[in-house]
Amino acid sequence: MSEYNIPTTEQEFEANFAQIKPLMNKTEAYYESSRCLFCYDAPCVQACPTHIDIPLFIRQINTDNIVGAARTIYDSNYFGNACGKVCPTEVLCEGACVYNHQDVKPIEIGRLQNYATSQAIADDIKFYTPAKANGKKAAIIGSGPAGIACACELRKAGVHVDIYEAKSNPTGLTVNGIAPYKITNQEVLQELAYLQTQFGFNIIYNSPIMSKDDVDKLEKNYDAIFIGVGNGATSSLGIPGEDKANVHGAVEIIEHLRRDSYKVAFGKKVIVLGGGNTAMDAASESARMGCPDVTLAYRRSKEEMGAYHFEYALAKDVGVKGLFNAAPLEIIGNEKVTAVKFIRTKTENGKVVNIPGSEFVLECDMVIMATGQKGHDYLFDNIANLDVNGTKVKANNYQTSNPKYFVGGDCLNGGAEVVNAAYDGKHAGKAILSFLDIR
Amino acid sequence: MPDLSVNFAGIKSPNPFWLASAPPTNSGYQIMKAFDKGWGGAVWKTLGVPVVNVSSRYGSVNYRDTRMMGFNNIELITDRPLADNLREIEEVKKYFPNNAVIASLMVETREQWHQIVKDVENAGADGIELNFGCPHGMCERGMGSAVGQDPKILELIVSWVMEVAKIPVIVKLTPNISHIEDPALAAKAGGGNAVSLINTIQSIVGLDIDTFNAYPNVDGNSTNGGYCGPAVKPIALNMVKNVAKIPNFNLPISGIGGVENWRDAVEFVLLGAGTVQVCTAVMHYGFGIIREIVSGFEQYMVDKGFNTVDEMIGRALPNVKTWENLNLKYKIVADIDEAKCIGCQLCYIACEDGAHQAIGLADDLANRKPHIIEENCVGCNLCSLVCPVENCITMVRKDSGKEHLTWKERTVNDDIPVTFNDQRGGGVGHYIPEPKEAIAYRLK
Repeated sequence: MSEYNIPTTEQEFEANFAQIKPLMNKTEAYYESSRCLFCYDAPCVQACPTHIDIPLFIRQINTDNIVGAARTIYDSNYFGNACGKVCPTEVLCEGACVYNHQDVKPIEIGRLQNYATSQAIADDIKFYTPAKANGKKAAIIGSGPAGIACACELRKAGVHVDIYEAKSNPTGLTVNGIAPYKITNQEVLQELAYLQTQFGFNIIYNSPIMSKDDVDKLEKNYDAIFIGVGNGATSSLGIPGEDKANVHGAVEIIEHLRRDSYKVAFGKKVIVLGGGNTAMDAASESARMGCPDVTLAYRRSKEEMGAYHFEYALAKDVGVKGLFNAAPLEIIGNEKVTAVKFIRTKTENGKVVNIPGSEFVLECDMVIMATGQKGHDYLFDNIANLDVNGTKVKANNYQTSNPKYFVGGDCLNGGAEVVNAAYDGKHAGKAILSFLDIR
Repeated sequence: MPDLSVNFAGIKSPNPFWLASAPPTNSGYQIMKAFDKGWGGAVWKTLGVPVVNVSSRYGSVNYRDTRMMGFNNIELITDRPLADNLREIEEVKKYFPNNAVIASLMVETREQWHQIVKDVENAGADGIELNFGCPHGMCERGMGSAVGQDPKILELIVSWVMEVAKIPVIVKLTPNISHIEDPALAAKAGGGNAVSLINTIQSIVGLDIDTFNAYPNVDGNSTNGGYCGPAVKPIALNMVKNVAKIPNFNLPISGIGGVENWRDAVEFVLLGAGTVQVCTAVMHYGFGIIREIVSGFEQYMVDKGFNTVDEMIGRALPNVKTWENLNLKYKIVADIDEAKCIGCQLCYIACEDGAHQAIGLADDLANRKPHIIEENCVGCNLCSLVCPVENCITMVRKDSGKEHLTWKERTVNDDIPVTFNDQRGGGVGHYIPEPKEAIAYRLK
């Protein structure tokens, strides 16, 4: 028996994908905030990529100054609400909490952050008003957390901002790429609307910037351009059979799930290829979609997985089986996938070596490849003098080798968390303001 | 097993733990229930001419996630007819002849005092407590703390009571006074057999800052109440000590104020109390807390080799002295156990901003463990008090233990600082950073 039944309604889907960091109630927030030691030069602040003054906002919650708490959070991070839910707090702020050294449960910082910001959003407390228009215009490519954060920073200083979004919905990874048990679409969109009302940036949907012509138009019409396109589609493994039916990229299937929830059909026997956090998400989600048999296959050992320990624990917890030191050789099937052929591996001097003669076949009816993502060469190639290394655009303090272009988020760092993108966007915004001689 | 029974000024009780006169002793029902759970005695909710009370009546001080750390009330004495209370006293004594029932009383005239003393004696009360402490409502009518704050009137009323009393009389004192010794001595002069203290402290527990009214709210208004609960224990302990230290006082003391567990009870007894009275903790958790108090108190007696409560009474008094008699040669400094330190740096900032700049941080920012700058440490304890880890910061003795010199002795020896810039001042030579170092980061 699988842990979850296949969801057939939105309610059943939500039950299967129940929030792992649910909203605190007032009493819970009061009790939890009471535990904070208010450390000097607190390690949680240092561990937060956006350096939120965490002890301060926790104390503000404790004294029922929720508006003050939300302001403390938003002043450092425009995605204060989303980050409270989707940040890997276990390895960031909560991982740094000194209580860990005392074998006491660390403060639930993420949930407290979400508590304060949720209330500010619900009450529509406005912290920011854009400065008077200064005549400068910026274009932002991609409405992910980096792009939105950059837009907020620019709008605050009175720059006109247009965001070009290829898809029909905003916020990039936050809506399309996060496991549904970490945050709901509604929460993400509410925070976006909250920001948009305060800062007044435009998002132009269904408008991918791809061709030389697109790029030329932007350069003509805007004083600065921010690239926040994130990472691209799932990259190929280069093994036979990847084109068979029911072989999906992890990024694509997660996005599909975020959009169409219970209507997405999963198999009865799913193999997820990869050992990163996206692979863990894809495996967890398969199990929660009612798949009774999910195997996570990784070509190296368990210890070598890139995924956070707690992400693997989450997957294991919903019944995902780990298969380690198994490299895929071929995806088998006629039109539709029926099995994956693997070979056993071992690690020698840090390199994965196949063990000859150890091939074996594992049956399945669905394969999810979480094996890295491509870049956006189609765009990068059309921008003059852009220094690109693989999927990453090189920059100095967010400014690329083409001085009019700035960059942040996954296409700068190669792929990290929402919180890193939010930080990049904000600070790229500051760099643009300095480039435009504003303030 | 040690013997917990006590004879307090002639009132016998199976243990020294009594319910204080308050809402938990409003009725025979509650007191019988309490005795059944193990309480040794109960001081009945103050009897007199029945009052009319308001709604609401209680306010609370919560500290972080701790509720009712402090508590106040604006409830008056009993609002039930005397006859009902007397009948219930009789009934309680019938079922619990070995438990102590003490009638708390508060009336105005000499005739009323005579009458009510006789009434409660006839009902079978083992003792009487005179309520000269209530600091709200009743004092506006010349009773309660209004009596307790005027030693002459207190002495007079005690003497009225003693004219007729055949059972022991305890005088309950108010802490709303500068020198608790004065009413204690007046109680003795009037012929009282014992004192109990403290009654509640006049207080406002907090405000509703939205409505500009204090708590507790009575239709948009409030009044000062009587403060009690764990928060008042330090004040009560000090006053019990002050009374116990009156030379040749010799009256038994019933200790009251913030007692919630066995440790609190032990502390009161060690400072001179023969019984302890409890109210707020029962209002918070019910009569059942007596199980923990008895168990802990008994175990303490076993551990320390005490056979009777009497052996414990006042055992800490010789060590609590006036400041001038403390040893100025005693020198301790803080010591941080690096293995236990969790790196919160609360000790650092507490010492740096709040005390003597005697704790330093490592130059390597990755090392969050602070260190003691021993030559700056005055041995104040602050760091060890703020440290959240048990036994991580300890205070280590540094003097030889052979020298003893007090302020009093230095005064006699004419060796104390007397002028503003006297070089014998204690801080002379002690390291103090220059003021501008405070803003060095801004001056850079």
